[in-house]
Amino acid sequence: MKKIKAIAFNTFKEAIRDRILYLLFFFAAAAIIFSRLLAILTVGDRVKIIKDVGLASLSLFGALMAILIGTGLVYKEIDKKTIYTVISKPIHRWQFLLGKFLGLVLTLVVMIGLMSFIFLVVVFAHTLKLEPRMFIAIFFILVELLLITAVAILFSCFSTPILSSIFSLAFYLIGHTSWGLETLIRKLKPGPWRLLAQFLYTFLPDLENFNFRTEIVHGLAIQPKFYFYSCLYGLFYTIFIIVLANIIFKKRDFV
Amino acid sequence: MGKEEKFEEVLKVQNLHKAYKTGFIPRRYPVLKGITFSVLKGEIFGYLGPNGAGKTTTLKCILGLIFPDSGEISLFGQPHLSLEAKEKIGYLPENPYFYEYLTAEEFLNFYAQLFPGDRMAYKGKIKELLHLVGLEKVADLQLRKFSRGMLQRIGLAQALINDPELVFLDEPLGGLDPIGRKELRDIIVNLKEQGKTVFICSHILQDIEMICDRVAIIVAGRLVAQGSLPELISEKVLFTEITLSGLGRSDLEGLGEFVSIRGDRALIKVYDDNKIDEIINLIREKKGKIHSLIPRTETLEDIFVDMVKQG
Repeated sequence: MKKIKAIAFNTFKEAIRDRILYLLFFFAAAAIIFSRLLAILTVGDRVKIIKDVGLASLSLFGALMAILIGTGLVYKEIDKKTIYTVISKPIHRWQFLLGKFLGLVLTLVVMIGLMSFIFLVVVFAHTLKLEPRMFIAIFFILVELLLITAVAILFSCFSTPILSSIFSLAFYLIGHTSWGLETLIRKLKPGPWRLLAQFLYTFLPDLENFNFRTEIVHGLAIQPKFYFYSCLYGLFYTIFIIVLANIIFKKRDFV
Repeated sequence: MGKEEKFEEVLKVQNLHKAYKTGFIPRRYPVLKGITFSVLKGEIFGYLGPNGAGKTTTLKCILGLIFPDSGEISLFGQPHLSLEAKEKIGYLPENPYFYEYLTAEEFLNFYAQLFPGDRMAYKGKIKELLHLVGLEKVADLQLRKFSRGMLQRIGLAQALINDPELVFLDEPLGGLDPIGRKELRDIIVNLKEQGKTVFICSHILQDIEMICDRVAIIVAGRLVAQGSLPELISEKVLFTEITLSGLGRSDLEGLGEFVSIRGDRALIKVYDDNKIDEIINLIREKKGKIHSLIPRTETLEDIFVDMVKQG
């Protein structure tokens, strides 16, 4: 555990000294504050617009942070050969990979925490009350980021940062649109096409499982079991991806 | 072999093979073709070879950075990938590749945490190592501001953080100025005096010759020679270099080979021992002067060049 912690904190130090993180943070903060301006220009419930745009900004910029930093994490270690001195120490490769993953998760928790603070201040300025349900939406954004981080690291184990970023972004986009397959399955008659749609829906990620934003912004009721299922889905999918990354990383030659 | 059996083998490499695959349609390029050698406890072992011979590949196999296609490696009698074995080794890579955003102290602290033991216990060790490599004044400076020589020194410090029994140094003298090279040589000799084993990959044969007990020479993925320096280098005089004055080129014709003439001094090489007395007598006769007379024996470089040419 001590070794994983050391790798994780070192990764955290590396990430927080990366300029791209601050650039994304700046844009995220700007987008959250901009949501106020957008609310003024829009017809309808201004608070809902602020909440909607704010939470969407948290999700999008959080995902960009996870992808842009995560895809370079392992690749940079191999490319810059810093991994040589670490792997030659008494450490298992899986400990190194897990440390990297946890280090980035820690970075994202801190950054999402800071962005959420700005977002909640903006919301509070309008409503003059603190809404606990906002924390649920933010929590599930973090669960989603956990999975995206794992995916970014998986690609980083065998591909360049540019390709890994493209793959990870594709994963993010597919993940947010794959729910359409569920609708398609219901509309298709039993047969090979329905089987194919079912197969794809089973294996493609459904990141909309973590999206409770609409319900929370509009004050709709959510059954607690959905929270539970989403947590389990996120946890098992993340573990699956990390195990997959470890299988690849374990056999890699650092040439 | 009888001699090796008396000593404890800290590293044993047996019939190591490794090929890299490159290209769109992968083709295998064999890099190591059956490497076998062992390193004994307490010795300084030099691993020599020209560029691309397979030195670093061998080292990477030993350290678990790449996986050999076949062959066996054991460290301290244990599989080389076991954590117990890795706890006893230190490694300085060929070029200093380190986390440049860390300060020297943070850097050593990070590596200390990868070993068992209390973090606080390493605090003293870190200070001691920074002093040893002469970087205590820049302990708070980020590595990105370090020169190549300084990076080499901090690299050596991280290789020694766990007080290793076996230290692997890949081209440790590269990038160092003459003073730095001498200091590093002293550190290596000091490690040996402390009972540690040192494995050095280097091109700088002069340094290797000065400090190594045994060497192995690798050419094109095969070991072409290994043994102690007296075993490899013959004591036989190859030629004698004489610097003299008072004699002309015509006087020495047939006696030796003229190498250079500077002012009234001439440097000649004499391959036939019997002709040395003849030359000395001639110098006396012509009232000339001998400035130096140096018999040249075989050097490690001669062996190395011969082996590479044959390989």
